[in-house]
Amino acid sequence: MKTDYDVVVVGAGPAGSMTAKHAAKKGARVLMIEKRQEIGAPLRCAEGVNKKGLEKAGVPVDRRWVSTDVSGAKLVSPGGHVFRIDEKQAGNEVGMVLERHLFDKAMAADAARAGAEIWLKTSAVDVIKDGDKVVGVKAMREGEPLKLTAGCVVAADGFESQVARWAGIDTSLKAADITTCYQYRMANLKTEPDYCEFVIGSVAPGGYVWVFPKGDDTANVGIGVLASNLKKPGEVKAYLDAWIKKDPRLSCGQPLEAIAGGVSVSPPVERSVMNGLILVGDSARIIDPITGGGIANGLLAGMHAGNVLGECVEAEDFSEKALMPYDVLWRNDLEDRLWRNWMAKEKFLTLSDKTLDEVIETLATVNVDKMSVHNILIAIKERHPELVKEFEELI
Amino acid sequence: METDQRNGAHVEVLIMIASTEKCMHCGACVGSCPKNAIFLNEIVLEFNENCNKCGRCVRICPAGALKMEAKK
Repeated sequence: MKTDYDVVVVGAGPAGSMTAKHAAKKGARVLMIEKRQEIGAPLRCAEGVNKKGLEKAGVPVDRRWVSTDVSGAKLVSPGGHVFRIDEKQAGNEVGMVLERHLFDKAMAADAARAGAEIWLKTSAVDVIKDGDKVVGVKAMREGEPLKLTAGCVVAADGFESQVARWAGIDTSLKAADITTCYQYRMANLKTEPDYCEFVIGSVAPGGYVWVFPKGDDTANVGIGVLASNLKKPGEVKAYLDAWIKKDPRLSCGQPLEAIAGGVSVSPPVERSVMNGLILVGDSARIIDPITGGGIANGLLAGMHAGNVLGECVEAEDFSEKALMPYDVLWRNDLEDRLWRNWMAKEKFLTLSDKTLDEVIETLATVNVDKMSVHNILIAIKERHPELVKEFEELI
Repeated sequence: METDQRNGAHVEVLIMIASTEKCMHCGACVGSCPKNAIFLNEIVLEFNENCNKCGRCVRICPAGALKMEAKK
């Protein structure tokens, strides 16, 4: 069994597969390990992605992994005011709902076609270091311990973000920067089949309830609640069940699948590279803190990481300095927005149901040309200047 | 009930208990753990010696699968 590679990628999600694909394409000897027995399953995602995000990462749309094209989004206030954003206004930011179990496999298949090896049922359990340099990972493959050596290890282990922390990059989160989620895929619903719906306010403290259509009368119906607002074990599921019971369009449905997960809603990591290690996707905490979306960001970071790693292989240099162009590339693309949306999230948390009702009611009557967090704030400012006092710095 | 006699003080010894029936193997506990003290794959959920019984994972677990109890 071969145990020495240029690049060992831990985790076969979209960010890991993109890294593996682009590094392998440039000639790197790549191994990608996945702890699960199946890539893309079990699901841990609401599956929404915007088309622009896929485009930026150079991923052409393949209908086989698209569940539903959505026409827009509905933002629902605690008191039931509805603000509709159609796709044109959203500037292609709404997009589509995926079949992640197929999408993730398609991304991994592309990595395989580029020359990457893939091992399933293989968990990383620690990194191997030589001084301040990461030189490999300790892993368990179908229960057998083994050591993998690599020029560079790629931490693509998702929300868990253990690889980075074993190596000495602190990616731990405050409770106020973690959202705990629960989701059912449901059938026999009476919700709109082509709109993504977001319900905000005390129904989901610090987060939101979502309904993402999955074809016909099915949808992903889920909830995210900020961990700092949780008091009892299993409370997040109770919030979701309560909301489903209250909404007659949902209470007629039945579950086909239940999933859970954690999402970071934090600022991005301060360090995404060190000697022999690179962090991509959720493990680098590059999820949008407002929406909790991470697929497009993960793909983009993976693309950059793979390209930079290809150059590092050629130069036979995996030092922090050689990997640093990756850090610069993803920050140029994403960092400003991640910080701004994190600050907006912090403000959002302070708003009462009453204020949220006023904001959504205002937005529903304002014509916003191109929807973005920036334009939404400007629209609110026109009608309710008192509401944006605290948001001023974000505009 | 066992007591920890370090520093001469009687302190309840807490242990973490994971319900394999309830666990959905989602990893929310792993990523939330400030001590990176949890190992999880499709079969196993284990706490290592770095766990300081802060209880954050108990509140965060979406499946309500984790408990912190006094060691009997």
